[in-house]
Amino acid sequence: MKNTISERIFDFLKNYPPFNLISNATLMEVSQNVEIQYVEKDQIIFSQNDSPHEHFYIIYQGSVRLYRFVENEKLMLDICDEGDLFGLRPLIMKENYVMGASANEETILYGIPIALFHDIVLNYPKVSQFLIASFATNTREPFSEKHKGKLFANVSAIQKIENSFSEIQSANYNKNPITCSPETTVQTACIIMTKNIINSIIVTENDIPIGIITDKDIKTKIGTGLYKITHKVSEIMNSPVVTFHQNISVAEAQIKLLKHKVSHLCITKDGTNKTELVGILTQQDLILTQGNSPSLLIKEIKNAKDAETLKHIRTKASELTKGYLEQEIPIYFVTKVISEINTAITKKAIRLSVSEIGKEPPTKFSWLALGSQGRKEQLLMTDQDNALVFENVAPAEYNRVKNYFLQLAEKVTEKLHIVGFDYCPANIMASNPKWCISLEEWEQQFEEWITDPIPEKILLSIIFFDFELIYGDESLYNKMAESVFKTIEKNQIFLGFLGKVTLDNPPPLGFFKQFLVEDNGENKDSFDIKSRAIRPLVDAARILSLHHNLRVNNTISRYEKLMEVEPQNSDLFESCANAFKILLQFRTSQGLANNDSGKFVEINNLNKADRLKLKSCFKPIKNVQETIKLRFKTSQIPHI
Amino acid sequence: MIHFFKKKRFPKFWSTHIEKVQNSQKYANFEDIRFVALDTETTGFDYENDRILCIGAVAIKNNKILVSDAIEIYVKQDVFNKETVKIHGIRKDGNEVKFSEEEAIIKFIDYLDDAVIVAHHTAFDVNMINMALKRLKVGSLESKQLDTNYIHKKIAKTDTYKKIFSLEELCEIYNVKMHDRHTASGDALITAYLFLKQTAKYKKNNALNLFDLINTNYHLLK
Repeated sequence: MKNTISERIFDFLKNYPPFNLISNATLMEVSQNVEIQYVEKDQIIFSQNDSPHEHFYIIYQGSVRLYRFVENEKLMLDICDEGDLFGLRPLIMKENYVMGASANEETILYGIPIALFHDIVLNYPKVSQFLIASFATNTREPFSEKHKGKLFANVSAIQKIENSFSEIQSANYNKNPITCSPETTVQTACIIMTKNIINSIIVTENDIPIGIITDKDIKTKIGTGLYKITHKVSEIMNSPVVTFHQNISVAEAQIKLLKHKVSHLCITKDGTNKTELVGILTQQDLILTQGNSPSLLIKEIKNAKDAETLKHIRTKASELTKGYLEQEIPIYFVTKVISEINTAITKKAIRLSVSEIGKEPPTKFSWLALGSQGRKEQLLMTDQDNALVFENVAPAEYNRVKNYFLQLAEKVTEKLHIVGFDYCPANIMASNPKWCISLEEWEQQFEEWITDPIPEKILLSIIFFDFELIYGDESLYNKMAESVFKTIEKNQIFLGFLGKVTLDNPPPLGFFKQFLVEDNGENKDSFDIKSRAIRPLVDAARILSLHHNLRVNNTISRYEKLMEVEPQNSDLFESCANAFKILLQFRTSQGLANNDSGKFVEINNLNKADRLKLKSCFKPIKNVQETIKLRFKTSQIPHI
Repeated sequence: MIHFFKKKRFPKFWSTHIEKVQNSQKYANFEDIRFVALDTETTGFDYENDRILCIGAVAIKNNKILVSDAIEIYVKQDVFNKETVKIHGIRKDGNEVKFSEEEAIIKFIDYLDDAVIVAHHTAFDVNMINMALKRLKVGSLESKQLDTNYIHKKIAKTDTYKKIFSLEELCEIYNVKMHDRHTASGDALITAYLFLKQTAKYKKNNALNLFDLINTNYHLLK
């Protein structure tokens, strides 16, 4: 029977995640079972510790406050508005409401029966993925400690998708293949091939491919005198042809060509040799497609003769990034690839510079990347942050050696600038005499930072704590790292200072329409995703890694390592790593879309799904900051 | 005169209806009452000659609109008025599954059960239904009835004795989004929203009581 009311509810729900992820039939069933509820301003929907209702809620009109009483103090947790879900978690976890909800204004709610939703969660991996993204990032609520790890049985299936990567790039092929009829003579066919500069021609009958002639056939069948040029092409053609359907990926094409030992694939309408020809894919096309593959780019970098060529390669790499993101390839993989490319470019710039100087380095040295490059988290073109360490030399030698490396660094940074890495505005570069020093001097420098932590110096020094070897002598790098950790071990209070300066920026609570909901009630309409969300996670990972003497720089790897050394907090660190991945992906796609660094996000331009995605990342930030506050007793650090 | 006193034998749907309404135990407790917000689309406004095209209704219980407990019945037509097609969009041979007037009314009475009817300008819809019942040779609806127009008059502070509020005006006053106007189900849903908001307002000064609400119907005394 026709039901106009549920059709309207369907139309509303389908705009919002996770309802946009389920089939129309399933969504219709959900819509037919909605309960509509009206709540007046300040009316309570449920209270903290109430046993769960049979429904969870999505806001149709109005807004709802979520709050929690902790030691008789009412904490506002969030304001939800149109399209926001709430009250779902207690239903899935079968626990009482951990927070209260009341109407912020007069509000109409759609209540969705949980009984119906259980099946949806099981049958739609994308729905559980969405819920995991919104829950998993805050699995470490102090009040849900007992629900460690997995919310849903199929969580491992989802993670598996994320960690595997295959060549799923789609292959480019020629969509205007040159053809001839079976009656054509070999001579005419050869004339057509010569005119079009092609090495093959497809023989078709009513647009259906029946055979193919390649350069090789001309050589083996005509050149040898077996056939004459007056013979018909149908007599010498290879038949049947190897076919494939239009959505062919690089991997599939490779396999097909190898399996049939052919150099050409006919692309047909339905993939069989019974339907119309729509294109031809050659081995050559495949090589061109792979021209943008990371391994080929790295090879090109090795062969590059100057900075301009490197720049060209770096541009290709950024197209590659775009492609990866469009295909939703895991961010972890993408950052790895891009970091490898950046490292290769830097190495090449150093080699080119050494040969320009015409003299080998006077002693051992290491080129270090700092900051995001040091953490291998660079996706977009950003500033260069680098430094150089050289072996301790006799005082008499010092000036000569230092001058060589300064000259080298000058050349390298100039080349990197040409490639597209802007000079560091704070001049944290190896070309700065302050950051092109001997091992001994570096050790002194770190000791000064660690034993005499004043806020301005700490802010400056932070990026040095993420140093990574890019080129040169490994033992120098290791010695430097060892001395840093040793000094920190003796001066644990330093971590407190480090913690204090990094905690100044708490994440916002969430979004309310085009505004950020801040802890202190202040609203803003643009959001600095770098300082407010990404940096706090990076900073927290760094402090905790320094604390545990973990020699990894990458933020995701740091959280993974932290999960191992502090299994009791593995939920927290997992949620941080998840949030970090989401944020990095977000920033990168924003940056690529707007052609900038992606630092600021216009909240007005965010759709609901994006806002929910961002919001889910704020909770783990808050939690990890809380941990740092307690562990390093930052409140006892005096203001200086 | 004897036959006048003889007990008339009603068809089963009708005796069930009367029995259910008269024996319902739910009316005393507001949270237990099933309300049915309804609207009819008709070929016109003449009780004698016009006919019901569609009945749309949705149930309300314990301050919640139950979408799963809704009905939308289209009626096959003998009488057809070209003019009103423009308003409700129901053509003589539309695609909707249609029932004869008798089937439709029986279906509706069955759905109605012991519910209290809520409508806007209830008298019109109820009269249209009663005329159809008359053609089935049974009596008028036994159900208790409420009208969003009169409930509003009771809540509104100003003297609005003579004013008749349109559905649009009430939507404006109560901030109810209007879509699907002039479809039976659409108007029924709007009426349901109005009713939820009105009872919430009404509750502020009075404990909710069906009979107080019914007393707002001074023009609709049954």
